[in-house]
Amino acid sequence: MSKYWQQKLFTIVVSAAALFSVGVLFFAVYWIAKDSIGVISWEFITDMPRRRMTEGGIWPAIVGTVYVSLLTMVFAVPLGIATAIYLNEYASKGWVVRMIRLAIRNLAGVPSIVYGLFGLGLFVSTLGLGHSLLSAALTLALMALPLIVSASEEALKTIPDSFREGALALGATKWQAVRHQVLPFALPGMITGSVLALGRIAGETAPIILTGAAYFYPLIPRSVGEQFMALPYHLYILATQHEQVAVVRPLAYGTALVLLGLVLSMSMGAILVRSYIRRRRTW
Amino acid sequence: MESKQPVMSSRHISLWYDKTRALTDITMDIPEKQVTAIIGPSGCGKSTFLKTLNRMTDLNPAVKMGGFINFLDKPLQQYDVVELRRRVGMVFQKPNPFPKSIYDNITFGLRLQGVKKKSDLDAVVESSLRRAALWDEVKDRLKQSAMGLSGGQQQRLCIARALAVNPEVVLMDEPCSALDPVATAKIEDLILQLKQEYTIVIVTHNMQQAARISDGTAFFLSSQLVEYDTTVKMFENPGDQRTEDYITGRFG
Amino acid sequence: MTNRSVTKTKEQVIETGLFVVAFMTVVFLMLILGFLLTRAWPAVQEVGLREFLTGTRWMPSSRTPGYGAFTMIYGSLMVATGALVVSIPWGLAVAIYISELAPAKVREVLKPTVETLAIFPSVVIGFIGLVVLAPWVARTFGLSHGLTAFTGVIMLSIMALPTIVSIAEDAIASVPQEFKEASYALGANKMETILFVILPAARSGVTAAIMLGFGRAIGETMTLLMVAGNALSMPTTRVLGLPLPNFFGSVRTLTATIAIEGLDVPWGSLHYSSLFVIGGILFTFTFAVNLVAEMVMHRKEV
Ligand SMILES: Nc1ncnc2c1ncn2[C@@H]1O[C@H](COP(=O)(O)OP(=O)(O)OP(=O)(O)O)[C@@H](O)[C@H]1O
Ligand SMILES: [Mg+2]
Repeated sequence: MSKYWQQKLFTIVVSAAALFSVGVLFFAVYWIAKDSIGVISWEFITDMPRRRMTEGGIWPAIVGTVYVSLLTMVFAVPLGIATAIYLNEYASKGWVVRMIRLAIRNLAGVPSIVYGLFGLGLFVSTLGLGHSLLSAALTLALMALPLIVSASEEALKTIPDSFREGALALGATKWQAVRHQVLPFALPGMITGSVLALGRIAGETAPIILTGAAYFYPLIPRSVGEQFMALPYHLYILATQHEQVAVVRPLAYGTALVLLGLVLSMSMGAILVRSYIRRRRTW
Repeated sequence: MESKQPVMSSRHISLWYDKTRALTDITMDIPEKQVTAIIGPSGCGKSTFLKTLNRMTDLNPAVKMGGFINFLDKPLQQYDVVELRRRVGMVFQKPNPFPKSIYDNITFGLRLQGVKKKSDLDAVVESSLRRAALWDEVKDRLKQSAMGLSGGQQQRLCIARALAVNPEVVLMDEPCSALDPVATAKIEDLILQLKQEYTIVIVTHNMQQAARISDGTAFFLSSQLVEYDTTVKMFENPGDQRTEDYITGRFG
Repeated sequence: MTNRSVTKTKEQVIETGLFVVAFMTVVFLMLILGFLLTRAWPAVQEVGLREFLTGTRWMPSSRTPGYGAFTMIYGSLMVATGALVVSIPWGLAVAIYISELAPAKVREVLKPTVETLAIFPSVVIGFIGLVVLAPWVARTFGLSHGLTAFTGVIMLSIMALPTIVSIAEDAIASVPQEFKEASYALGANKMETILFVILPAARSGVTAAIMLGFGRAIGETMTLLMVAGNALSMPTTRVLGLPLPNFFGSVRTLTATIAIEGLDVPWGSLHYSSLFVIGGILFTFTFAVNLVAEMVMHRKEV
């Protein structure tokens, strides 16, 4: 085979692989959407599940997912942002800082089910928080932490040093410089980064199975001590655990679409906002 | 040099970035209410020396320093660094206004000191902008973003911002290098005005500029101070062959 | 002056506070590790680590209990390795296309698209595997059901893809332009340059991408729970007399075991403790993989 044809073939194969990955994405969305669009209705979104989940809607699962994600963020965002500020603004080189970075990277690599097991062991049983919104959110917060730290650090890195120097040269203390001339400009990036993390967290199933998500709990939780339904777990149950899997299949499709829509719209929204901010930036 | 009281005096300052030597045994006095120019080829340590004068070098953990610098009656190290930087202001090579309004840029330093009264702030905004010869150009748009100003205006804003906290010394690191000739001329006029009230140290690559605006000139070469004298002497009758070569442009 | 010292104290408090928060990450990691160890300890003592790692009978709640987790280790390694066999060439091809071949416009669309795959909840990927791929597998290969290791491998390779693409793409993009120019100047064509100059130059980043992809695959739960069949068996087949894993059998992974049994296991029982042993095995796998990736990526600095 001549060099020319080799190169041609190579290009075709590589491009095909790339195209295929896009194909997979659209195919996935298409397959979910095709069979679920008919299921989605106002009632499906806002109704309680009825008759052992063979009828009705998924309202408590939607609310549960929103609750647990928000509660997670309440714990993870302040910790994550503070950690990022320390690492990017204060830390000098040294073994402690290396250790912190190593810990963050390893936290990011711990399998989600191991977080779940840890949450079960610590929050649910040892600390006696039970299967609850609180246990699940604390568990998810540990998972979200490394995501938020790295997103926040990235945002801080976009702030030029001249801002810090300018403030310091005017007699600002370190914190004043950070507080007034770094954080305000990094905050939009931190928030969009956190929303991206939120999207990932909202779709997690494994950690909440063991820590608080309920098989069937058609109520809106009124305290953080209650169990809750969640979209990802609900989808898992409808897809594989329900006694009449075939009967509830349409509901499973509908749940999948709502979950996917929720997660994708959050992430896409954050990505769009981020690129808008980048374009608008004047420095 | 004519003996005016030195405001700052450096004694045997040496400085390393890790293993790179950036300053070698620099001893020189900065006289009060004069313009002192620092010239020399790129990489000779001009900016580094300037940064030692308000301890901006402290920010870099890789820096190691020997020798000492006196500011008025005591060594720099004995000052609270925040207080020191307020009294020894700095204007950077690239204009670096904060992406906030003109008004907020000027008042930032004062607010840090706890000044809150609007009339006080207003007064300082006007007086520092006037002193930086920018007032007439921006008085109608104080609330607009500083990023909308031209490069020369931004640099004058940064000068005004530095003046607003009422420093005693103003350090300027090639303040005109990013500007066109018209804007440069404006800043030069401004510097000549300012020396009535402030002690100014300016780093410049531009020989004519040094000759036009400075009273004393220091010539740095590969981390050392080669010669330091009145500007007139330096330009008309330099004592060192290397100074002459550099000033007349016979130098790399 | 007192004013200044107040400010100074405040600065000190803020810095210390931020440090303490940042250091919490280390504490959390240690807490997870320590907790896994202490909870796993009773089972390790009672049963012995050897039985966990090599035994093949997993029946922790039976009256004559068995704690051999090797079946699940086998299952996890089998699907993770299988997934990488698919996603390494696929991911590298996508990374190469994005950084070297794609026109700027295409790249701008392609990169976020692949990253979007990473956002897909694993339960949704599992669902698609269940309703789309599994029936197809059953039909095509004439099986009674499609919940096989093969199905898991395919879905898992999709999940590992974004990790591999994004890290490998970073590595490839950071190969200096001079290398490429030197290669072209020597008369190499684009393919030769990519294969013989760019990929070797980016090999540490590419290796790290593969390691992290492996970590991601070993740790994945929901997708495999839904499509790999969860059978406690080690399907093998003989090819030319050689025993090889049979990808058309069902397997159960370490992760799936925790998810299945963790919900109704009595707290404090030996079974409970043995799940922490499995958690510990998973933690060790991913910790080691991350550490290696880390070392490979920062080799130059060491
Ligand atoms: N942050 C730094 N880290 C390491 N080395 C540095 C750093 N800043 C400057 N240097 C080195 O110290 C020496 C002096 O640098 P400096 O910036 O003071 O030179 P300069 O005279 O201001 O040059 P220029 O005219 O180009 O601005 C140079 O060799 C430079 O490479
Ligand atoms: Mg310089």
